[in-house]
Amino acid sequence: MKMKRAEIIKKSFIYFCLALWAIIVLFPFYWMLLTSVKSYSSYNREYIPKFYATDPTLANYADAFTSVPLSRYLVNTLVFTLITTALMLIVITLAAFAFARLSFRGRDLVFTLFLALMMIPNELVIITNYVTITDLGLRNTFAGLILPSVTSVFYIYLLKENFAQVGDDLYKAAKVDGTSDLRYLIKVLIPICRPTMITIIILKVIECWNSFVWPRLITDKEEFFLVSNGIQQIRENGFGRENIPAMMAAVVIISLPLIILFLIFRKKIMEGVATGGTKG
Amino acid sequence: MDGKVKLKAWLYLLPAILFLGAFLVYPLIDVFVYSFEEGYNFATQTFFGTGFYNYSYVLRDPYFIQALKNTFIIVIITVPVSTLLALLISLGLSSIKPLRELFQTIYFLPYVTNTLAVGLVFMILFKKTAYSDGLVNMLINFFGGESVDFITGPYAAKMFVMCLYTVWIVLPFKILILTSALASVPKVYYSAAQVDGTRPFRIFYRITLPMISPMIFYLVITGFIGAFKAYSDEVALFGTDLNSAGMNTIVGYIYDMLYGNSGGYPSFASAAAIILFAIVLTITVINLLVSKKVSV
Amino acid sequence: MKIVLQHLTKKFPNRNKKQGGDVIAVSDFDFEIPDGKLVGLLGPSGCGKSTTLNLISGLEKPTEGKIFFGDEDVTDLQPQDRGVGLVFQSYALYPHLTVEKNIRFPLENLKGDKKLSKEEMAERVKTAAKLVQIDELLERKPSELSGGQQQRVAIARALVKTPGVLLLDEPLSNLDARLRLKTREEIRRIQRETKITTVFVTHDQDEAMSICDLIVVMKDGIMMQMAKPQDVYDDPVNLFVAGFLGTPAINIFEGKMKDGRLFIGEDAVLESDEFQNDRDVYAAIRPEGFRPDDNGPFKCRLERLEVMGRDVSIISAHDGVLNDTGLIRSIVDADNRIDPDSREVRFSLKPHKVFVFDKETEERIRFEVADGR
Repeated sequence: MKMKRAEIIKKSFIYFCLALWAIIVLFPFYWMLLTSVKSYSSYNREYIPKFYATDPTLANYADAFTSVPLSRYLVNTLVFTLITTALMLIVITLAAFAFARLSFRGRDLVFTLFLALMMIPNELVIITNYVTITDLGLRNTFAGLILPSVTSVFYIYLLKENFAQVGDDLYKAAKVDGTSDLRYLIKVLIPICRPTMITIIILKVIECWNSFVWPRLITDKEEFFLVSNGIQQIRENGFGRENIPAMMAAVVIISLPLIILFLIFRKKIMEGVATGGTKG
Repeated sequence: MDGKVKLKAWLYLLPAILFLGAFLVYPLIDVFVYSFEEGYNFATQTFFGTGFYNYSYVLRDPYFIQALKNTFIIVIITVPVSTLLALLISLGLSSIKPLRELFQTIYFLPYVTNTLAVGLVFMILFKKTAYSDGLVNMLINFFGGESVDFITGPYAAKMFVMCLYTVWIVLPFKILILTSALASVPKVYYSAAQVDGTRPFRIFYRITLPMISPMIFYLVITGFIGAFKAYSDEVALFGTDLNSAGMNTIVGYIYDMLYGNSGGYPSFASAAAIILFAIVLTITVINLLVSKKVSV
Repeated sequence: MKIVLQHLTKKFPNRNKKQGGDVIAVSDFDFEIPDGKLVGLLGPSGCGKSTTLNLISGLEKPTEGKIFFGDEDVTDLQPQDRGVGLVFQSYALYPHLTVEKNIRFPLENLKGDKKLSKEEMAERVKTAAKLVQIDELLERKPSELSGGQQQRVAIARALVKTPGVLLLDEPLSNLDARLRLKTREEIRRIQRETKITTVFVTHDQDEAMSICDLIVVMKDGIMMQMAKPQDVYDDPVNLFVAGFLGTPAINIFEGKMKDGRLFIGEDAVLESDEFQNDRDVYAAIRPEGFRPDDNGPFKCRLERLEVMGRDVSIISAHDGVLNDTGLIRSIVDADNRIDPDSREVRFSLKPHKVFVFDKETEERIRFEVADGR
């Protein structure tokens, strides 16, 4: 009986701690939502911030779209994300297929060299890339934004491993059936490896949506800003003086797409990050 | 092997090789070249000579020293704190059944959010302005403390927010890795230990910890590497002019040298990047050696 | 369509680079598979039977030699141009496609004047599915099918192009014992109905014996014997074939030919004019070649009896025996009453169940026995 009581106390303590951390994680999200529906005047009147909105308003959202080019940032990011992800998929799928299925002299050596490239930190190469893109006159263009990030050795590796798991017999069967390599890749391999492809797509989309450093280097015209740069721009110059509620509305808008994506593909994203993601 | 098949294989590889060559291999070589070219002029693309001047300039630059100091403080504080916190949370998570999925989902949220965007929220929570002391100061006042300006105030306060935000950002990944590591410890070990009457702490120390230690080392190593490259989180809290805020990091210094208010010096940026790389490499090797020694 | 293999040889580079040299998987194959027959390639694993199949299908290119389908030289043709259907041991069904799409897949690859309309494809798929009796399962995915059903789908997919040659690689090895019996009858039926020249690879002699028109026995890349199933059993050309076929296995003894008699140890077990030359041989005796005979010449130590009902296995020992177990297994009719407590058991031998092989070459030495059986 006594044991049981100790057990209950222990469990309650664990739940209390977990709930506490959950609140710390969620609180910034709550605060951004809350602030975004407070009117400018009522926000500024609250010397001591209130935990609820006295007269909720959506005016800030309208403001976010009209007084800064937020929709421009969103469209830019969307275009950037879609094109980068699509191009990268093509490049890595072809490479992974060559490594997994085609046999040619030097394959293992080239693959090892590819893997060695994974150790090169982005910070080291970004300087020359900046110079290269500038020299090519690609600053403030989508090409300049996109080109350096359409290959990922890590995703080639991930996909190659997955392709290689699909049995030899299937490839031979397709050969006997008169299937070309490319058709085999498209009709058989890609559909079978769809779960991995989706994981890669999601991880890449998250990466693109949040990318900040490269776009900051390569764009200084607002019409090419992505959301991260946009939010920085808004923070430093936007909305006149300190229109915090409008800023928060913008933050909500740019955070929402990924949060929705996450809630839909929760399992896949967490699995994918556990197998291949890195951050922090 | 037919020549045709061989050619086709290289054709499949061509895009990847081209892109990697142009944006990864060539730059890697080039950055070393830049770092030794003295007095490089970005506009005319000329330089005076070669040597170690760039390195000695960077190492004597007070901004770089400040960035180095900031980066080391962030690394030394956030890596142990976040790893330990992640371990505690993961242990808590794996000991409960109801609500576990919900907690896991919530804890992962920061991973998918835009660092810059949420940083803005943190800034507002901590910032002291003419209109309001901010929510955190309200709490401090409630417990009888004095208001502090965490964003533009004293160095320690700024560093505190910086570390807090970094931990908040990196924790989801660590919790995820550790919970799956904990879940993969075979249940039989626990059953066996229970039958033997082993006490819970001993079970943790003798069974759980050794079994998940490879993952902890992995997190420590990636944590070190990641923390050394801190930059976006700093911008999120303190704005792009990190030098004047006194909160710059090594990576921030590199970018500022390259572009921005004090920019236009790819040679200095390259030298700083190589110094950073050398530091990270050294620490990673030390980490690997230590982890090998411990696990043997 | 008949299949002709002419001096077919396949060498692979040695995986172990230190050893160097090539591994010869198939060595100088030279035989003809007649039109419309069901032929089994039989041999222990690693004997080159799957490589032979891959050479016929075109998945592997021969190092030397030629392959003809009918009169056409197909040696340099790609697999898809040879008109072969291939069924894999693992079935190799596309997991993401339904049964119907799996069967239709080969048809969609046809080009030029062979190209089919949607309706024609549907018709062909239906016919193939009916032939293997899976027309109820067309909408399912492979993972929803039993092993036997997957096997049928694989056969249907191989047949849908109406190939001239059907190749089956260990088609029954992934099935449980009961299904295996049923499926091999099924393969026999399908082959009879379609009259397609069919080659299948197996390491299971029962499979080969029960349904094949012809058996090709292979060892280490070399063809040992090609004959009708019963002939391979009754008339093996060498020691390997004799030992490989038959369950329980044949009993092998150290023997000696001398003065018109065949000796096993001290016992002169058979007499024939051809047993001359005073030479050492192997003598192999099928389990059913023993006749219990109180006055028989072959004296063995009785170990135990295994009563099976219809017949009895007599387990005995003899100094000359070379079997792995060191024991002789003979099977006799249960009508023979053997005293289980007896120390000795004596046999006379049925001459046509006794094979003699040269000690060096292990080739068969034929003989006639004067007084018959």
